[in-house]
Amino acid sequence: MKGQGMGEQRVARQGAAGRRAAAGGATQYEHGAAAPADQEHGAAEPAAASAKPRFNRFIIPLAAFLGIAAVLAVGIINSRSVGVIQSPLIGKPAPAWSLPVLDGGGRTFGSKDLAGKWYVLNVWGSWCYACKDEHEELLKISRSSSVPLIGIDWNDDDAQARNYLANLGNPYRMVTTDHDGHVVIDWGVYGAPETFLVNPEGMVVYKQTGAMTPEVWEKEFASRLPAALADRGS
Amino acid sequence: MLPELGHFALILAMLLALLQAFFGIAGPAMGRDRWVSATMSAVAGQLVMVATAVGCLVMSFVDFDFSVRYVAENSNSALPLFYRIAALWGAHEGSLLLWILLLACWTAVVAIATQRLPRRFVARVLGVLGFLSFGFLLFTLVTSNPFLRLEPPAPDGIDLNPLLQDPGLASHPPVLYTGYVGLAVAFSFACAAMLEGRADPIWARWTRPWATAAWAFLTCGITLGSWWSYYTLGWGGYWAWDPVENASFMPWLVGTALIHSLAVTDKRGLFKSWTLLLSVLGFSLSLIGTFLVRSGVLVSVHSFAADPSRGTAILIFLILAIGGALALYAWRAPTLRSTAGFELAARESFLLFNNILLVIAAATVFGGTLAPLIAEALGQGALSVGAPYFRPTFLLPILPLLALLSIGIHASWKRGHLGERTRAILATLAIALALALAVVLGVYAGRHCLAVVGLTLGGWIILSSLIDPIDRMRRRLSLPRSILGMTLAHIGLGVAVIALSIVEPYTVERDIALGNGESARVGAYDFKLIGTREVEGPNYSAVRAEVVISRNGHVVTTLLPEKREYWVRKQVGTVAGIKNEYGTDLFVALGDDLGAGRWSLRAQIRPMITLLWLGPVLMAFGGFYALTDRRYRLARAAESVPAGAAGPAGAANERMA
Amino acid sequence: MRAPARWLPFLAALLAALLALGALPARAIDPTQLNDPQLEARYLALTHEFRCPVCQNETLADSGEQVAGEVRAQIRKMLLEGRTDDQIRQYLVSRYSEFILFKPEYSLRNAWLWLLPVVLLAIGIFVAARIIRARAALVGKDDAEVEDEIPAGPRHGTPG
Repeated sequence: MKGQGMGEQRVARQGAAGRRAAAGGATQYEHGAAAPADQEHGAAEPAAASAKPRFNRFIIPLAAFLGIAAVLAVGIINSRSVGVIQSPLIGKPAPAWSLPVLDGGGRTFGSKDLAGKWYVLNVWGSWCYACKDEHEELLKISRSSSVPLIGIDWNDDDAQARNYLANLGNPYRMVTTDHDGHVVIDWGVYGAPETFLVNPEGMVVYKQTGAMTPEVWEKEFASRLPAALADRGS
Repeated sequence: MLPELGHFALILAMLLALLQAFFGIAGPAMGRDRWVSATMSAVAGQLVMVATAVGCLVMSFVDFDFSVRYVAENSNSALPLFYRIAALWGAHEGSLLLWILLLACWTAVVAIATQRLPRRFVARVLGVLGFLSFGFLLFTLVTSNPFLRLEPPAPDGIDLNPLLQDPGLASHPPVLYTGYVGLAVAFSFACAAMLEGRADPIWARWTRPWATAAWAFLTCGITLGSWWSYYTLGWGGYWAWDPVENASFMPWLVGTALIHSLAVTDKRGLFKSWTLLLSVLGFSLSLIGTFLVRSGVLVSVHSFAADPSRGTAILIFLILAIGGALALYAWRAPTLRSTAGFELAARESFLLFNNILLVIAAATVFGGTLAPLIAEALGQGALSVGAPYFRPTFLLPILPLLALLSIGIHASWKRGHLGERTRAILATLAIALALALAVVLGVYAGRHCLAVVGLTLGGWIILSSLIDPIDRMRRRLSLPRSILGMTLAHIGLGVAVIALSIVEPYTVERDIALGNGESARVGAYDFKLIGTREVEGPNYSAVRAEVVISRNGHVVTTLLPEKREYWVRKQVGTVAGIKNEYGTDLFVALGDDLGAGRWSLRAQIRPMITLLWLGPVLMAFGGFYALTDRRYRLARAAESVPAGAAGPAGAANERMA
Repeated sequence: MRAPARWLPFLAALLAALLALGALPARAIDPTQLNDPQLEARYLALTHEFRCPVCQNETLADSGEQVAGEVRAQIRKMLLEGRTDDQIRQYLVSRYSEFILFKPEYSLRNAWLWLLPVVLLAIGIFVAARIIRARAALVGKDDAEVEDEIPAGPRHGTPG
């Protein structure tokens, strides 16, 4: 379609020149020939240009537009991750935290208990749809790998959390509850589920936003764990 | 049956658009007059087919045809008739159909209203419009077909987005799109002029009414959207510099520059290539706006469901259409020259400043909106840009613009003659400043420097705009409609500036928690919650609160804000209670149930906010009024040009005849 | 036996998506107040300065999302602890990245964004000056008076 348009433009130019020669009157196209009699008031020289060819500055808008189109194209490529915040915690020390254990009778659990160990922290809630989606995968991980899977039950009702785990299975080594979200915010969590991988030095190595999938587990979590932890092998 | 008919009509429309584009461009190029006339038939045919398709979809909505996927996604058996029809543009596919319909309508109007223009030129304009229609139709049919079926039909639909079940928002897209699409006419006129290789600027005269009309519709559309946001979204904000809002604002800024630049090109044959560029730029921004809203590349409240494949298709269309037009520009613009002159204080100068400042403002908004994308493309990670960026950077070019308006409006063409007007200029400035100080210190008792600046600028604009019409009337001279329209539009701008200068700094907003019978003090008013009760609407159930507002013990009004839950989508919508008291809005929105009969409420006092809507309405009205000017009734075109004028208009008209 | 209705999974997915995303921007009307008016003023200013991390383009103050409420609570806690505005900003940015700010930081990286209008203004002034100088020089050569919409009067002294 556009090719046809361009072709017509070339024909248009020839056509216009031809018609000018034929009609001899109505000036359509200034070609450096005898100046048309309307705007130029008889002056043969265009106002500000010189005769020699020079950089066509009128190409700038087209060039600028193509640059913008390139940016937009990159935007499309990246659009799946729009709204996903790149965690600034990666490569930084994980926050120190301590939360009550679900049905723990007042017992608390936290980063102190996990010092010097690899662990996977999963933020979930019984109200969260995508958490149900990843639950199967978490169960598989808890069976196949021996890295501790710690759950933080965010903003949830204890009874409902209990039922959830009872009905769907409990993949967690330990489940803690964060009712007002103060720990979760410390981790920069903004939705559930989110899963973190922390190394024995206490650094956050990776963060998964959204449901865990087998591919992500293999590629981002298992690949970073020492072999002994990644796979139970038994 | 109907959906198939609609689908078929859409396919025919696409083919007709293709023919329209072909005949329109090839006909004049190859000198085939039969093709040139055939363009008209293609335009008519396309309109009929598009109208048929739209009619079929509307009937599918009205008849609750849930076998059509789009109807099932946007309607429901409990949806009232008005919204069933408005649901047509409730989501992506239908809103595209609305675009296409409006484009076909504008094209038809162009075909009808340009009887006295050269046939070949008009054919080219219609040809370019046809190319645009073809692109949209192809995109719709391939990626966003509204006539897709569900097999077997859904038992019921999932209802129209509750946000859209409101008369304000129902009317916002048609009006806004009329403006967006209208800019395509100016775009096509420019492309036609470039295709023809015209050196004379008569095309600017022809383009002016179309650009003005599109601009006026765009003004109305944006204002409607802003007004709707204010009373529906529940937190009483009217502009958030959201990417989708910016996407409509940028074409408006460029459109404003365009109508002013067209005036210069029309009158004096100057800025020809610049006006061409602006014509292309205006619609290009409309297209880019469409892209941003539908492709999912930006974070926004308003975007349609994102789909990267659609984004890619739109981007390709953008590159062809905009790239093509800009290539034409690069080819033709170097040949456009003029030798007209003007002095520093001439009207041309001020319009030059107007254009430069408006384009800077548009470019800044563009940069800020696209910044997150640019940062990511450069591998720099997240960049977030919001109101704290846009406010100061937008004001930077706009404040000088407002000041220059009040001066430039007195300047005459070519020589300016401002010396004769110095007294008037200074007097109006002094009066405006005095009034501003009086209002800020007296009425609002608050020292807000920007409020004084804004009030002065706004008042100065109004006073300056009135000088010339009053002078004419005193001298018993005629006041052409175009001048009166321009005056009204400028006054409207002044009113809007005044409104913003008061609303922004002097709004009082508080979130309060009240139980039955409790009251709280907000600003100069007392808000008392009487109680709440449950009510039901056609497709929702709601909690309605009764809030009594009083001042100094006297009851001013009772408001009934609602919090609705729509049955089907289970979404919550709000209806704020608003009462206007001499231009000030008393606003209350219902928040959350805090238990034990206590509710949270947002109360706002918005002074002078009525002017914020009135101003732009006046601007648009001024634009429309200017269109009724004598010179556009082309029957008198030959007579209105003075006999002995050596100006370009005379020569061009003679050549035309 | 007929295959299950094909629209079912589609509609269910759409509903689920809508519900999960909370498609309607949830409003936050949060009447919790700090008793100290100065702290309250800082609190209001801060919550309007941050983006709600999960919503599309809303301020922390306006968002009804759970997370937003929790972050607001955290800000209140930090204000009561006596932290400065900058410390609070630093805290949030270190957890949510610069995405949570509505105002791009004044940094070298963002220099182009902040300088854009200033640079454009400078270019604009330069271009305007060049054009006006060129055109002013042409005024003398151009004898024809402009057909004016304002008819002749003492103001212009042009021929009728």
